[in-house]
Amino acid sequence: MALEIIESCVNCYACEPLCQSKAIYEAKPHFLIDASKCTECAGDFADPQCASICPIEGAILDESGVAINPPGSLTGIPVQKLAA
Amino acid sequence: MQLPVINNAASFPHPNPLPEGEGANEALRATSKSSGCSAGSCGSTDDQMSHLPDHIRDKVKNHPCYSEEAHHYFARMHVAVAPACNIQCNYCNRKYDCSNESRPGVVSEVLNPKQAVKKVLAVAATIPQMTVLGIAGPGDALANPARTFATFGALAEQAPDIKLCVSTNGLALPENVEELAKYNIDHVTITINCVDPDVGAQIYPWIFWNNKRIKGREAAEILIAQQQKGLEMLVAKGILVKVNSVMIPGINDKHLEEVSKIVKAKGAFLHNVMPLISEEEHGTYYGLTGQRGPTHEELQALQDACAGDMNMMRHCRQCRADAVGLLGEDRGAEFTLDKIEAMDIDYAAVMKMRAEVHAAINEELESKHKAKAAPKLVSIEGLKKAATRPVLMAVATKGGGVINEHFGHAGEFLIYEASGEGVRFIGHRKTIPYCEGGDTCGDGESALDVTIRELAGCEVVLCSKVGYEPWGPLEAAGIQPNGEHAMEPIEDAVLKVYEEMRAAGKLEAKPETAQKAA
Ligand code: SF4
Ligand code: SF4
Ligand code: SF4
Repeated sequence: MALEIIESCVNCYACEPLCQSKAIYEAKPHFLIDASKCTECAGDFADPQCASICPIEGAILDESGVAINPPGSLTGIPVQKLAA
Repeated sequence: MQLPVINNAASFPHPNPLPEGEGANEALRATSKSSGCSAGSCGSTDDQMSHLPDHIRDKVKNHPCYSEEAHHYFARMHVAVAPACNIQCNYCNRKYDCSNESRPGVVSEVLNPKQAVKKVLAVAATIPQMTVLGIAGPGDALANPARTFATFGALAEQAPDIKLCVSTNGLALPENVEELAKYNIDHVTITINCVDPDVGAQIYPWIFWNNKRIKGREAAEILIAQQQKGLEMLVAKGILVKVNSVMIPGINDKHLEEVSKIVKAKGAFLHNVMPLISEEEHGTYYGLTGQRGPTHEELQALQDACAGDMNMMRHCRQCRADAVGLLGEDRGAEFTLDKIEAMDIDYAAVMKMRAEVHAAINEELESKHKAKAAPKLVSIEGLKKAATRPVLMAVATKGGGVINEHFGHAGEFLIYEASGEGVRFIGHRKTIPYCEGGDTCGDGESALDVTIRELAGCEVVLCSKVGYEPWGPLEAAGIQPNGEHAMEPIEDAVLKVYEEMRAAGKLEAKPETAQKAA
């Protein structure tokens, strides 16, 4: 049970201080989640905190590898414009 | 009768022309005005400033971000230490800097607080005119309180002669006011684009609030309430508040007049309406959905409408977030991480040197104030009675409040409006220097074409020199080149030219080529 940060992360630091489990750490080339520590915020918050503040669509994946914030879900930019 | 010079910021004691060399110096000393500073190109008038209590006026003096003129002599710098943000704006792409203060599409180097402190000390030692440090993104300074306050705390201790300022979207402002008040905070800038959640819902797709991502109207409602509360709390604490607004045509352009009234009533000391800068390549919601920015004319009309008796800021250049230096210049490249690592700074000695530079500035101010009492250079009789139409003029300057830049070297022009009421600063327009532009800049438009397009609405361009080649096309576009006032103080020259136009009977009707001038 863990989330994952992938390469589209822009290193904005927003998620790191929010993680109660101290699972998120600064790394090169981008922030990472320690899968052994991440609890998906279960018991602490209704929503995983990192994925609730992350501004980059697709940067954080759930345990099955699906983007928690899919393209267009945060910015409202129509998907066909994003692809272009 | 003397024409008053409108819109100058005379009540800041004005900085001296240190970096400008003797010519500018002499010219400035010779200048005198019926009211105020010699290059009154700042967003405020005597009256607007004089309502401020002394302790506030004292705080804003020499601040490069408050006055066009101070911008020529004093430097500001920003450091990017706080890249996280707690909201999303539709004009921002989070891969870049916070677009609330810097131009969109810019990436600044993020430093940790230790590196940031080192950089500030290095700049303070190298550029003693640097008086102000800002934390302005990427991201929201108060969404990263730990990093922001670590930087401020260390600086307040090690370099107490530097003023600190902070910019925020306001969401986390109320909970941080108490902490802010502990530091040497010069002013706080809040970006307020609306007071109506229905407008806000078109600007902010989401906020992060109480451990949840909140979208739509509800998000805007919370953000607006926090911004207004933060503004009130800061004013109650006696901390200066500047309000930035991004003008988004069709979304908040009309609404900003109301915003301006409200923030002024609550005690904001300056309002800065900035144009939305929106290009597809920025990858923002607005850029990709074709939302346009305002034209120069629309921006000016809104700034005028908002002005009333409020201080409007008209010279903000939306600098890069890690910009270092005087107006329009960026010396950031001198202060890269490896370069500052190599510097060894004895700040006690630096502070002494800085104090001397600042003392020289004050002396210069004294002499300028005395010069004010001298007879006025320009006096135009009866101009007010004859109803003459206003005229926009573009000015090429390197600073110092005088016309001292060649047309072909100017990367930006200051825009002034002359009318029966006097001269006022309107804003600045960036361009590609004619001499550096090469033949074309990509899409077949020459650098001169760009300049002519940017100067739309202006009838005169004043510069220290203008070549033969651009002369014809400028004239054809209805913009009269004029190199006769080199080294003269800007307002005086603008008035003289206006008077010449009046004498030549050019001010009664609008010329066909410059209909937008009024
Ligand atoms: S889901 Fe929660 S516990 Fe896991 S990394 Fe994100 S913030 Fe930390
Ligand atoms: S919030 Fe998103 S983009 Fe920012 S550091 Fe965390 S994962 Fe990366
Ligand atoms: S507050 Fe600044 S960094 Fe945050 S979304 Fe808005 S413009 Fe971008």
